[in-house]
Amino acid sequence: MRRLKRDQKVRVALTLNGRKLSAEAEPRMLLTDFIRHALGATGTHVGCEHGVCGSCTVLIDGVAQRACLTLAVQTEGRDVRTVESLAAPDGTLNALQAAFRNNHALQCGFCTPGILMSFTDFLARNPHPTEAEIRDVLSGHLCRCTGYANIVEAIKEVAGVGASGAPDPSS
Amino acid sequence: MKPRPFEYIRPDTVDEVLELLAEYGDDARILAGGQSLIPMLNLRLIEASVLIDISRLPALGDIADRGDAIEIGAAVTQNTLMNWPQLRQKLPLLAAALPFVGHFQTRNRGTVCGSIAHADPSSELPLSLALLGGAVVLRSKKGGERVVAAEAFQQDMLSTARGVEELIVAARFPVIEGKGMAFDEVARRHGDFAMVAVAAIADSRGAVQLGVGGLAGRPIVRPIAFTSAPMLSEQIKAWANDLEGYEDLHASAAMRRDIFKNLAPRVIEEAIRCAA
Repeated sequence: MRRLKRDQKVRVALTLNGRKLSAEAEPRMLLTDFIRHALGATGTHVGCEHGVCGSCTVLIDGVAQRACLTLAVQTEGRDVRTVESLAAPDGTLNALQAAFRNNHALQCGFCTPGILMSFTDFLARNPHPTEAEIRDVLSGHLCRCTGYANIVEAIKEVAGVGASGAPDPSS
Repeated sequence: MKPRPFEYIRPDTVDEVLELLAEYGDDARILAGGQSLIPMLNLRLIEASVLIDISRLPALGDIADRGDAIEIGAAVTQNTLMNWPQLRQKLPLLAAALPFVGHFQTRNRGTVCGSIAHADPSSELPLSLALLGGAVVLRSKKGGERVVAAEAFQQDMLSTARGVEELIVAARFPVIEGKGMAFDEVARRHGDFAMVAVAAIADSRGAVQLGVGGLAGRPIVRPIAFTSAPMLSEQIKAWANDLEGYEDLHASAAMRRDIFKNLAPRVIEEAIRCAA
């Protein structure tokens, strides 16, 4: 049984983007703050802090979830991946990121890291989704600039879905 | 915002959880998926001295087929159930309702039992449990195990029959064969709690069990007979006026009644169509 007092600082060790790292956290520290302030990986953004906006979405053991609704101490021994894991070490964008660039799927970019991580999980499970499925997953994110259309286009491009979503009978 | 400080305990067995609940009672909160609890802690709507994390307890992670019911353990996430291969066959109502529960990202963590424990009045899973005539399995150190019917479990808005020393170990969803089931809701945005959610179970002769969330502090289930469309509309109107509804930021009571009057006939017709 793991038992931590209110203000007790403990060392939390996890794998972040393939590197074994550790830092101190007290029980109430959210994973968002742990990743950003304790581990220094600021790609994960903090918006609403109650699970609605989606900008802090990260992968924990490969599954997309809200870092702001996760306690740092819950990720002891877990594999955490953030937006920093997507591009190659030389900065070359991966296919999903490149599709976002090609389709002008971001403007200010605040919501983008979360959206990229959601679709990293979703497309791994369902590589060729319908447009309706894409929109359903995207509904877990708030973007206040693009109006979503270009984000949908980017994901359709990387998933190899036709421009009209479902196969077009006239083509 | 950030939550106020709390003690964090991650037990290794269910017995340890029950010990802790017996020790801390009301001061403790069970942390399963955290998709309702942590937002409330972050917003400081509630306070907890102790969080007992059950999310990694293997004993609570099963979906068990008991023949006449499917028993879903307290650590089973909504997406795990949604991806359960037998869901459509065994629990078609949940197959219809689960896509409305939060979002892909929150269903990855949020648990079925957590949603039932939270007891939001218009939430999809408590409504489904009530309509199917399901039950909640509770366990405590002193009292052992007891099974509470869904209609007695959720008492009012965010209030349930769970004793302070009790752990919800599972929810039991009855398997009902040979009937049609349908679910629909109206929410401000997809993934929000519904303003009104409606679910129905029907046989092909028009005998219907109708459930509604969002018109009272808890889901309400009543039988209704489908004879003709105008008769049905009259019955639903009478029911809506009887329930009054409640007002919040998202909808007035009158608006909720209107949504129910429009949504219920469609859900009933779909359930009857599925039964045929």
